[in-house]
Amino acid sequence: MKALILVGGFGTRLRPLTLTLPKPLVEFANKPMILHQIEALSKAGVKDIVLAVNYRPEVMVNFMKKYEEEFGVTITFSVENEPLGTAGPLALAKDILAKDDDPFFVLNSDVICDFPFDYLAKFHKAHGAEGTIMVTKVEEPSKYGVVVCKPNSSIIDRFVEKPQIFVGNRINAGIYIFNPSMLDRIELRPTSIEKEIFPAMAAEDQLHCLDLEGFWMDVGQPKDYLTGMSLYLTSLAKKSPEKLAKAPYIVGNVLIDPSAKIGEGCKIGPNVVIGPNVVIGDGVRIVRSSILEDVKIRDHSWIRESIIAWHSTIGKWARLEGVSVLGDDVHVMDEVYINGGSILPHKSISSNITEPKIVM
Amino acid sequence: MSWTKAIILVGGPSVGTRFRPLSLSLPKPLFPIAGEPIIRHHIDALVKVDSIREILLVGFFENEIFNRFLTEVQLSYPHVTFRYLREYQSLGTGGGLYHFRDEILSGNPDYFFVVHADIACSFPFNEFLQYHKSHKGSATIMGTKVNKEDANRYGCLVSSETGVVTHYVEKPQSFVSDLISCGVYLFDPCIFEEMRKSVLDRRSIRDEEDEYGNVIYKLSGNADVVRLEQDILRPMASTGKLFVYTLKENDFWMQIKTAEQALPANNLYLHHLHKQPKPGHTRSSSCVVDASQNSNIPSVNYQINTPSRNQNFELVPPVYIHPTALIHPTAKIGPNVSVGPRVIIERGVRIKNAIILDGTEIKNDSLVMNSIVGWDSKLGSWSRVQGEPVMPNQADKSKNASILGKECKVADEIVIRSCLVLPHKELKSSVHDEVVM
Repeated sequence: MKALILVGGFGTRLRPLTLTLPKPLVEFANKPMILHQIEALSKAGVKDIVLAVNYRPEVMVNFMKKYEEEFGVTITFSVENEPLGTAGPLALAKDILAKDDDPFFVLNSDVICDFPFDYLAKFHKAHGAEGTIMVTKVEEPSKYGVVVCKPNSSIIDRFVEKPQIFVGNRINAGIYIFNPSMLDRIELRPTSIEKEIFPAMAAEDQLHCLDLEGFWMDVGQPKDYLTGMSLYLTSLAKKSPEKLAKAPYIVGNVLIDPSAKIGEGCKIGPNVVIGPNVVIGDGVRIVRSSILEDVKIRDHSWIRESIIAWHSTIGKWARLEGVSVLGDDVHVMDEVYINGGSILPHKSISSNITEPKIVM
Repeated sequence: MSWTKAIILVGGPSVGTRFRPLSLSLPKPLFPIAGEPIIRHHIDALVKVDSIREILLVGFFENEIFNRFLTEVQLSYPHVTFRYLREYQSLGTGGGLYHFRDEILSGNPDYFFVVHADIACSFPFNEFLQYHKSHKGSATIMGTKVNKEDANRYGCLVSSETGVVTHYVEKPQSFVSDLISCGVYLFDPCIFEEMRKSVLDRRSIRDEEDEYGNVIYKLSGNADVVRLEQDILRPMASTGKLFVYTLKENDFWMQIKTAEQALPANNLYLHHLHKQPKPGHTRSSSCVVDASQNSNIPSVNYQINTPSRNQNFELVPPVYIHPTALIHPTAKIGPNVSVGPRVIIERGVRIKNAIILDGTEIKNDSLVMNSIVGWDSKLGSWSRVQGEPVMPNQADKSKNASILGKECKVADEIVIRSCLVLPHKELKSSVHDEVVM
């Protein structure tokens, strides 16, 4: 089987993290984001993966070579010279996606969930129509495009963009499977799959939907990254609790890389991820945060709802909160308070940031 | 052999309102700075003048307020008599002196100092007295230079090269002089003659009336209310009897009007005491701990059964720690910190630029910075109480320290930033830039 991952552009919404690494390589729960998808696809028997990108960083190429070997898949970069929207990249990768009659998966690279590709493929083959899109239930459908099915059927009737009155609570989860014949509908030009292709398919009863079980989150920006991380850890606690850290100082679901060192008298969790080679001093409190590789957190500091990127250091008695995001190699001096600070790489912070702001 | 008295004008409960929320629990003159009540610093400096035999507190607080304090200073300085003279109504800064003129003049002192309570100063009283004796005037004002733009918040002085005050104006609208009055005076007994004239003058003033005899402007008021600065000293300027002694470069002076000004005052006194520990003064609580002689802390500075737990914590001088305070070895304290009696500071606590008052408990891994924490308060684990640094004589009101009144509780992990918190409040979530009622 085959799959196409819509990676897109520079991931500006996840800056300052994406100033250092392309978004697919930014770790989510101690694994590059795209690896969550590659792993799940390979488990479902996918052999050919196309990354639809509109730039091609060398660092990505090297990583992907590694994954090709590790998972026995072929990863191809499909580079758009101009942004082709959400459908155009499918046409661009037609050679690979239509090389046999097997259906192919399409997924948005910002999405984190349990990726039930096997189940999706089975469901799709069983109904025989051209495409299936996964849908997820949301509390406030008025902010999204809502998918409305025909009565007592999985066949999609129509799409309603940001409905003012309630028509349903299922939205497009950004995970699809299509028969190659579907590619005939797409021309090689900027095209929106949601607005142009899906309504046409639905009009011919060629599009079904399937409920996504469990959590789903678009982790394209820091606040959602942290929410997605909490949901992921909750799911991990159910599926593979042995992967979570267990110690007297741990509260709730916490994922700690075995190479990390934790000091005395700490209290960590719930919903914390600690990356490789992280060193945490004594009396440190961390809640709902992601600490990436090689970070040093010194004694008595307090961190909540923050992402601390690679090689950064946090001084003694520092306090970080309010979705603070520290880029690569940021140094927070002792006793400094940061509330909602977004700090670009290689900065040193020696005075308080009391209200959300960007430090260039 | 001449002898001198001193009068400390302590005011009363209705005048220290800007010192709230701290003055809701303790009269401002007794508020501890660098481990000592504000007016104890005055007294410690005054007793260095050999000819001092009597120190009087004049104000309109209840008598009992100063009982314990007077007993303590009396025990420390047995050769000086200490008394509190209570005005039954506020008579103004000069009125109180005039009212108690017989008490002040009894025993025929040659000179007497008058010192306002609400200042922090290096108090070079000996030099001040020498200067007074050297000129022919009957009164000397202690003066200091301040920034030009701040001068109009004080009483401004213009003087001749010889130190004669030629002009005195209280809080002028425009710039007059950057030399201001420190609120410290030295008088010959004949000053009461000036006061008598002033009181008589005031009694002779009639209210301004309109043509029907209705009072438009009430000028007579209470003739016993005499303001020392406006009513006595201002008329003396240009008579050649009033002189000014200007503080030297290494002296310090600031007003302590608001509660947060206790913080820079604390810094100044701690640095002062750090440089010149009080000789021969063995009260156990009067130690300023010097980290450079860290190993000596228990033996040298703590006079009474020092808990050994206080030995090993990281200390950045100057710091004052009461010997009954318990401080965990992993804490880091200083600079510019005063820790009061029975305070408990737990594992991994950081304190700097702060006053921690009696009986307060600070739980593990919390931080207190640019703040005052009131008596018997409790700060939770990983909590943070912070403010903006306060400069001496700072006029800018936009940046505030945090001040917690008596018996406040701060929950675990929350941050209190630039807040004034009234006594007995329980803070369960983070707050900033607020007055918490």
